[in-house]
Amino acid sequence: MSAQAADTDVRHNRPAPSFGDGGFFQRDRSIHPPLHAPGYKSSVLRSPRQALLSLESSVSEITGPVFGHNDIGPLDNDLIKNYAKDGDPVGERIVVHGRVLDETGRGVPNTLVEFWQANAGGRYRHKKDTYLAPIDPNFGGCGRALTDASGYYYFRTVKPGPYPWRNFVNSWRPAHIHFSVFGSGFAQRLITQMYFEGDPLIPVCPILTTIPDPEALSRLVASLDLNASLPLDSLAYRFDIVLRGSRSTFFENRPEGN
Amino acid sequence: MVQPLNYLKETASQTAGPYVHIGLIPGMAGFDIFEKNFTNVLVGPNTKGERITIEGRVLDGTGTPLRDVLLEIWQANAAGRYNHPADRSSGELDADFRGWGRAGSDFESGLITFETIKPGVTTDKAGRRCAPHVNVWIVARGINIGLNTRLYFSDEEAANAADPVLNLIDQPARRSTLIATRNERGGKTVYSFTINLQGPEETVFLDV
Repeated sequence: MSAQAADTDVRHNRPAPSFGDGGFFQRDRSIHPPLHAPGYKSSVLRSPRQALLSLESSVSEITGPVFGHNDIGPLDNDLIKNYAKDGDPVGERIVVHGRVLDETGRGVPNTLVEFWQANAGGRYRHKKDTYLAPIDPNFGGCGRALTDASGYYYFRTVKPGPYPWRNFVNSWRPAHIHFSVFGSGFAQRLITQMYFEGDPLIPVCPILTTIPDPEALSRLVASLDLNASLPLDSLAYRFDIVLRGSRSTFFENRPEGN
Repeated sequence: MVQPLNYLKETASQTAGPYVHIGLIPGMAGFDIFEKNFTNVLVGPNTKGERITIEGRVLDGTGTPLRDVLLEIWQANAAGRYNHPADRSSGELDADFRGWGRAGSDFESGLITFETIKPGVTTDKAGRRCAPHVNVWIVARGINIGLNTRLYFSDEEAANAADPVLNLIDQPARRSTLIATRNERGGKTVYSFTINLQGPEETVFLDV
């Protein structure tokens, strides 16, 4: 399985330049949820009230941890098998795949993607989850993958179920998979959640609707991807992730430019 | 009309939620799944530098410790060099130091601990010396987008006073929210920090 889109710079339709040593593009906070979002009640006491201090990128921000294949195991991206005890987990078998890109459209190669989720009944394998839906003895609910040279990743799993949570009296999370992505610099670090096309819980979720921009919200919804499905085995969903772009340094202390 | 700039938009952040440990520290969630796990111990047997423990808590707007918070730290080695190709400085790389670790807070006390080394002095793009610091990233239930801050060291007074980032903070009194306090305990060097998410002692958070 592969998605071999050409790795080009979308601005110029030419091969992407090599890694720049400049800073990251300023984060557009209007596409992110605000820190203080009263409809999501736990954010009220956990959000700063002072303005963030804007910081020009230095080496502390443009660098970040580097991971390799010896950090992960061969079954780490297979949630059907990585916790199987006496059979496969129960649920809709799916493949989730996509690319990690930056804002210029370049694939982000060799970066670590981690993911975690509830089982088909909406129950998490976590000592603090007390939801009455049962644990699946063959499902752990977490995995990780390194992107390939074009930024591509994939994993297989079962589709998670919705689950209730204490926010309003009757709040339910849509089916979702949590994603953690690194990128090349620590300032690109991102945690987000992937949702599934057509889920009617999406527009009423107090967490998802903290995102003010409807287009930004829609980009968290993975499309059903029949072309990538495995006949008689698994459906597939496509989820591309975009991290901040970086610029090369034009002038600062480098009058010679690039 | 102007021609569109065809940049993509960054994927929106979402909270890590209360069960973040399942994906990032499964042992804390209560199960064992991966052969190799990422931990709060950044040092190996051959890591160069002064061994230190960093410990502290993250408090909410009522002063209550978060017991479901997850922190990651990213720092230079003892020679002031980050283990990454974009660091072009001259300090020597340390083969036994990645410079990154993650820790969840204790479910009862909220205590967070890292075992690491004290980072060396780094240099910013303008050539100014940056006081030794550790970059910190905070995620939890109720935090919609990861919070960035830095941790500096109380026994680096002269370097801290000249640090270009600390000096960007308008109110001198707020600079102290980024400085961890050095203590000696049982022969170990421990730096203690408190991160206040909200309130009169609110920690300075960075838009990096």
